Amino acid sequence: MKVKELAEKLGLTVLTEGDLEKECTGCYSGDLLSWVMSRAKENDIWLTVMGNVNAVAVAVLTDCACIILTENSVLDKDAAIRAVRQGVTILQSEKNAYELSVLISELI
Amino acid sequence: MMDSIKLHYDVPGDDFTRAGAASGDVKRNLKTLGISPSVIRNVSIAMYEGEINMVIHAGGGVIDVEITENEIIMTLADKGPGIENIELAMREGYSTAPDNIRSLGFGAGMGLPNIKKYTDEFSIDTKVGEGTTLNLKVYIQ
Repeated sequence: MKVKELAEKLGLTVLTEGDLEKECTGCYSGDLLSWVMSRAKENDIWLTVMGNVNAVAVAVLTDCACIILTENSVLDKDAAIRAVRQGVTILQSEKNAYELSVLISELI
Repeated sequence: MMDSIKLHYDVPGDDFTRAGAASGDVKRNLKTLGISPSVIRNVSIAMYEGEINMVIHAGGGVIDVEITENEIIMTLADKGPGIENIELAMREGYSTAPDNIRSLGFGAGMGLPNIKKYTDEFSIDTKVGEGTTLNLKVYIQ
């Protein structure tokens, strides 16, 4: 499933637009950046509450498909600027990581 | 046989917004050279962890990268406080990072273990009160 379809089907808010055609093949949930960096896979959907510049850097390094900020967590202004510059898609949802994971498992 | 490519970066201290600049630049260079994605991932994760360590613990430092035909050699040097107990520092989950760093998503105690995991050769020279140098190599398959 492409990021664009994922955003539509889950009713996610698009905060920054990277490659919306990128394929989502898995999902990873976590907030400790080093942990995520060593475990998230390429093309994963990454669920987190971390909306800072370092999260954007981790998304770039892991080549994940997109970030979904769970429970309406906030995206910092600096992070938004960097995400746009580096082509990282950041989506937002009012749902928590568990609720999203359940829905995502039915989609991908 | 290609000549080796040498890159040098100054990592500023206490500026998290700029951490990742060096690893991002190396990632772009390796992509241009057509290096395999798994090697690029290993190099950039190891370097990013190193950059973050320099920002958190050492007030910045310098990174030198040499890309040869067969390997990528990284030297990360700082003049920070040094590591008192390397065995503990290498243990997953052990961290001396303060709470404000943890709130940014770091301080999981994964930095050095991750660097070791993603490199083929790894050594630390450290002296308390003088600084730390990491010597890293990732082989190009």
